[in-house]
Amino acid sequence: MHEMSIAEGVIQVLEEQAVLQNFRRVKRVRLEIGPLAAVEADSLRFCFDAVSRGTLAEQSSLEIIDLPGTAWCLNCHATVSIRRRYDSCTHCGSYQLQVTGGDELRIKDLEVE
Amino acid sequence: MCTVCGCGEGETRIEGHHHHHHGHPPAPAHVHGHDHDASPLVASGDQLDYGQGAARAHAPGLSQSRMVQIEQDILGKNDRYAAQNRARFEALSLFALNLVSSPGSGKTTLLTHTIERLGTRVPLAVIEGDQQTAHDAERIRATGARAVQINTGKGCHLDAHMVGHAMERLDGLDGGVLFIENVGNLVCPAAFDLGEAHKVAILSVTEGEDKPLKYPDMFHAADLMLLNKTDLLPHLDFDVDACIDYARRVNPEIDVLQVSARSGEGMERWLEWIERRRTARIRQRIEQLRQQAQALEMLL
Repeated sequence: MHEMSIAEGVIQVLEEQAVLQNFRRVKRVRLEIGPLAAVEADSLRFCFDAVSRGTLAEQSSLEIIDLPGTAWCLNCHATVSIRRRYDSCTHCGSYQLQVTGGDELRIKDLEVE
Repeated sequence: MCTVCGCGEGETRIEGHHHHHHGHPPAPAHVHGHDHDASPLVASGDQLDYGQGAARAHAPGLSQSRMVQIEQDILGKNDRYAAQNRARFEALSLFALNLVSSPGSGKTTLLTHTIERLGTRVPLAVIEGDQQTAHDAERIRATGARAVQINTGKGCHLDAHMVGHAMERLDGLDGGVLFIENVGNLVCPAAFDLGEAHKVAILSVTEGEDKPLKYPDMFHAADLMLLNKTDLLPHLDFDVDACIDYARRVNPEIDVLQVSARSGEGMERWLEWIERRRTARIRQRIEQLRQQAQALEMLL
């Protein structure tokens, strides 16, 4: 639901960076998003298309790099991979997991001119 | 709406204060340029699941254009405002709670009863978030407590910048409690830190015990789950143990308290939970000030 405000947040960062790093147009934006970031990639693409109109990122391509979700299993004392918050440990089935990665929601890099 | 200040194209309003405008680029009415073939939508039977797409890693091609490394969190701006709020709350020894739930969980009723029990000894105030109307702020003011209403317009959550603005209207809260009643929504508020000490998720027993699994991000972000309206349990099939088990699956650390704002059952434990943390915060601040005073005395 807040993909629209996230898309606007991306455009704001691009506008700030355009001044700082001296570019006029953005051709490609690469985002890194973890599976636990509560962001729906498809919805974000749609919103980004909408809000980038009339900005320096109009017609830019938005690429989303999926990052892995990881957690520390308190039972196995090992790092396991997860897709969702309520996943159990893939080894022992325990829910005693501490999420260690997968919350990421960031702009990795841009292709600009 | 804007992630930085939540101004839904000039729609955010803090009671008696027209929110400043940032000059967003105009958004077109409808643009439909995405590629449906790339959809990560997975459908099986009667279930449509948007969270199951295959990983779409990208191998970047060569380009003559310049690459610019950014490595910046998209919600970084909100997080910076949240850090400012947190520093402000700490300087005031103000214990701030961000109350999150779905609409109709009984947040406002729980708050009015909590305020009545806390009494006038403790300075307290409420920041109310709703899309429209000042009804909730009026209900809080009827208890004698101060309340600032934020209307988010089309916005689905409060953000740290709005809360910072609302704080400008509240003073004399040293050592007290600030309740921030977020927009009724179990999805978006999970992602927006407001600078609070804890998120408290309120789930009423009329809602179904599997909510923690349906909305895992919120129950993961919360430090306390208040199971509200427990006076209705005899009339429902709600499985309390299953609900707590689901909540602990998404957040093994979460505290759980069962309360009924209406009958008063469990309210004492909820007040103890608040008071223990509020007073700990004051003691911590006193210790800091004592050390500061000692350091200054050394210079005499």
